[in-house]
Amino acid sequence: MINIFNYIDRPSPIHRLTGATKLVCLLLWSLAAMVTYDTRILALMPVAALALFAVSKIKFRDVKAVFWVTFVFMVLNNVTVYLFSPEHGVSVYGTRTLLFTIAGPYTVTAEQLFYHLNLILKYFASIPLLLLFVCTTDPSEFAASLNRIGVSYKVAYSVALALRYIPDIQRSYHDISQSQQARGIEMSKKESLVKRLKAASAILIPLILSSMDRIEVISNAMELRGFGKGKTRTWYRGRAFRAADILCMALCALLLAVSILSTALRGSRYFNPFI
Amino acid sequence: MNNKLSVKTVVAIGIGAALFFVCGRFIAIPSPVPNTSITIQYGVLAFMASVFGPIAGALIGLIGHALVDASWGWGIWWSWVIASAVFGCLMGVGMRKVALADGVCGKKELIRFNLTQVVCHVICWGVVAPVLDILIYNEPVEKLFTQGLVAGIGNAVTTAVIGTLLCVAYAKAKPQKGSLEKED
Repeated sequence: MINIFNYIDRPSPIHRLTGATKLVCLLLWSLAAMVTYDTRILALMPVAALALFAVSKIKFRDVKAVFWVTFVFMVLNNVTVYLFSPEHGVSVYGTRTLLFTIAGPYTVTAEQLFYHLNLILKYFASIPLLLLFVCTTDPSEFAASLNRIGVSYKVAYSVALALRYIPDIQRSYHDISQSQQARGIEMSKKESLVKRLKAASAILIPLILSSMDRIEVISNAMELRGFGKGKTRTWYRGRAFRAADILCMALCALLLAVSILSTALRGSRYFNPFI
Repeated sequence: MNNKLSVKTVVAIGIGAALFFVCGRFIAIPSPVPNTSITIQYGVLAFMASVFGPIAGALIGLIGHALVDASWGWGIWWSWVIASAVFGCLMGVGMRKVALADGVCGKKELIRFNLTQVVCHVICWGVVAPVLDILIYNEPVEKLFTQGLVAGIGNAVTTAVIGTLLCVAYAKAKPQKGSLEKED
């Protein structure tokens, strides 16, 4: 079974932060990266994220596989942006500095290259922190964190249930898939697309119907234990905030403020070196 | 909203999100346009939303899609995550009068299911996802609408196949309302 949510337990200051802190920081940080196209801020964020990685004792080889997936995704995305709109940068920055022409409409302008640089930086600004969050937050603490930041505890509990049952459902998917294959269902690339879709549904129907039964059983068990009677609930893995937690959240809030301020002061999201 | 969520809905959201995750993560068929693959989880989402209603649909879409994105490592693509949530919600609203859980699933219900899902897919991938993408990422408009179009068509086709099959199978497995007669 592949372990997807790759929590790595190592003693480090980042691991000692509460899950709620890390979640708040992740949200503030991602928002900051989303709002701005200011190259200077976007360049600063990956550097800071790398420093955090060093502090958290998560090594490159721990996240190597995910990193390459992200890298390919980023390259593909950049290529598509260029193929669809080779002069998008020109419309964004308002000037046109032609470097050379490849063929037909595919020109290379300094503005376009700069736009792609920003696009790439945006990835490197937002993704490392998500990876860091996934690697350093215990999934069972996650629901408590969600509840802490104001999400209703019932919704938080749904998330906990989802995380709890993903391995189970994965296992029953695997079991059903194998037993259907033993009955002669072909799922490999040798079959046509339509046949594979049909084969997928032959696996899906038992999977969904057994999951519907599972919903029945779990909700009966929870009802018997009086779930949802109280206005609040406590969490086994919940922890109180400490000074370091508050400091981290303040720093990330500051980052978001800088990102919004720089956008508001300039009146545009772009840092424009061409004017 | 807190009080309206029944225990069953809470569990349905959890299990639904887990199903959405497993289907989205392990059963994907690549499509010719980058970053977009044909996946069958929207058939599952449409079905779950039809059975458990709009709130469950929206949260299954939101949680399931966010988990899929987080596990792939390309960052949580919020615009599309929100589009999934909107899809689940609209699907639940459109199907709220159909009682699949009572074993009612005839021609009329299936036509309604498929019309609703096509309309919802058009709204979500043709409008919600690209517009949010423009707001958040400001990528070229043509690229976003092409991605949306391919995703929308792929999802509508797989939902039509998988969702319809699921509805029929589920309704068949449920005893029909009033199918028992009292013996004199």
